[in-house]
Amino acid sequence: MGRPALSSTGKRKSGEPIDAYNVPVRKRRMKPREVFLFVLLSVGSLLFLLPLWWMISTSLKSPQEIAQYPPTFIPNEFHFENYMHTWQAAPFTLYAFNTLMLAFFAVVGNVLMNSFIAYGFARIAFRGKRFWFSVLLATMMIPGFVTLIPQYVLFSKLHLVGTYYPLIIPQFLGSAFYIFMLRQFYMGIPKELTEAAKIDGANHLYIWARIVIPLSKPALAAIAVFAFNGAWNDFLGPLLYVNDEVLYTLQIGLQSFRGSVQTQWNYLMAGSVIVLLPVIILFFLFQKYFIEGMNLTAGTKG
Amino acid sequence: MKTTAQARAPKHARKKLSKLARREELQGYLFILPWLIGLFGITLFPMLFSLYGSFTDYDVTSRMNFIGIDNYARMFADDPLFWKSLYNTLYYVALMVPLTTIGSVLLALMLNEKIAGMRVFRTIYYLPAVLSGVGVYFLWIQLLNPSTGLINTMLGWAGIPGPAWLSDPMWTKPAIIMMKLWSVGGGMLLYLASLQGVPSQLYESAKLDGASAFRRFWHITLPMISPVIFFDVVTSFIGGFQIFQEGYVMTDSGNGGPMGSLLFYNLYMWNQAFGLFNMGYAMAMAWVLFVIVLVLTLINLRMSKRWVYYEGGDD
Repeated sequence: MGRPALSSTGKRKSGEPIDAYNVPVRKRRMKPREVFLFVLLSVGSLLFLLPLWWMISTSLKSPQEIAQYPPTFIPNEFHFENYMHTWQAAPFTLYAFNTLMLAFFAVVGNVLMNSFIAYGFARIAFRGKRFWFSVLLATMMIPGFVTLIPQYVLFSKLHLVGTYYPLIIPQFLGSAFYIFMLRQFYMGIPKELTEAAKIDGANHLYIWARIVIPLSKPALAAIAVFAFNGAWNDFLGPLLYVNDEVLYTLQIGLQSFRGSVQTQWNYLMAGSVIVLLPVIILFFLFQKYFIEGMNLTAGTKG
Repeated sequence: MKTTAQARAPKHARKKLSKLARREELQGYLFILPWLIGLFGITLFPMLFSLYGSFTDYDVTSRMNFIGIDNYARMFADDPLFWKSLYNTLYYVALMVPLTTIGSVLLALMLNEKIAGMRVFRTIYYLPAVLSGVGVYFLWIQLLNPSTGLINTMLGWAGIPGPAWLSDPMWTKPAIIMMKLWSVGGGMLLYLASLQGVPSQLYESAKLDGASAFRRFWHITLPMISPVIFFDVVTSFIGGFQIFQEGYVMTDSGNGGPMGSLLFYNLYMWNQAFGLFNMGYAMAMAWVLFVIVLVLTLINLRMSKRWVYYEGGDD
């Protein structure tokens, strides 16, 4: 990872990522090869979407119909009340609230602190910067499970196990990957833009807050979306640090819900839809930023 | 590095920086301070603690006697489950990394063509990649149901009798890998972005020289996207060794599935640490994992020099 990443001799500046969706499509007759590709991609799309359809369809079936062989693709009867039963069978409202709270801190922490730290690495000259930056790159190679147990010990000695602090605090201490990504982005911002403010006597805090942050809004939005998604889907963290049901998140709640409904797959699938639907909606609303994030990642490697 | 400390003040003044440079330096450390706190507080210090802990019989509450290399000796010589979990993880990584890499490159190549409906196709193929967690595992338990699941139903149409997937020790890991392949969209998007950065002149001049489509792919596309392939391989490699949740959720809260076929390394470590409270032993396991991943990553880096092409030289 190390060496290529450090060079900034890409084809394009990291500040201007290519829009992966910007494909000019001319109206013309398709060649046979293109027809073949179109058919292939259509069949593949169906295969990729079928699991999601299966989840929705199972969530609307009666238990008898789920056990039926061969299985039905469209439910004979639509049992929309499955969703109501699911929502009432476990405190999903509470789980959702807890998850949203953790996601909020994850978004704020990641957007603010990664940008702050990346600015330091990209725009300020200080002794030891190269050294610390290579340490940062090296930490990306430490698998999370290596620090998992001693971190747990640390938080348990601080009497923080059973609270949200172990899940929130790390979000404010920077993530190597996002720092790296933003640093590459900030290096691409023309110097003239910040130099003028510097001559006027502005300190770095001002330049970061007033010039660099507004310029990096799309990149920060991408990080916000990924941080939200990460917090929403986080299973390991809450599994380790949360033991009181009042603090359960959607992921842990859904897992424990399985224990209470056993093999009632209509309810389990309804619960899965409830947990996954917000992410799907988020995806369609902020698709642009999901893609922006991927372009930034690719941009750091070019 | 246009304004390093040295550039501002000549050689002998390395220690005595100008007032301005000192302020600059202070601000630099102020900006990276949060990360430094994290580095020492929740990464380096815990790792050092676990290195010491791995030579003890630590149990979180009170016991922490130094027992030398007992944990390591027991692991290598006297713990079949350690080997089993290591085997399961290596099996998974060895299959998952090449399959998802090839899958996402192929998908990206197809989705890089200019045909009707491309925006919609890209959206559809990417969507599953943003979904993860318990909901997805439940969905796949359902899809993989041997009699009424979607996958065996569709295999049945083709006249293929599907295996029992999650209850057949031979098929549990392939089932998990299949689930991973559903989310190749993330890698696909990464490759798509890099494919669009390949200058079209390269293809045009190759075409003029009469190079076939395959040769153009092999001699232009592949080298040009090789840095991204390398990045993707290294990260999915490290990510692959993190596999835990699939084994935990898809096998009745972590019993490891049929014949321990889904007892992944981290799952076994988790059971040792938080099930049996053999913290010392689990810490030793964590360090062995770290060394394995480190060595394999270094091999990866070393080998990359042979096949990764960096435009503008090897900096």
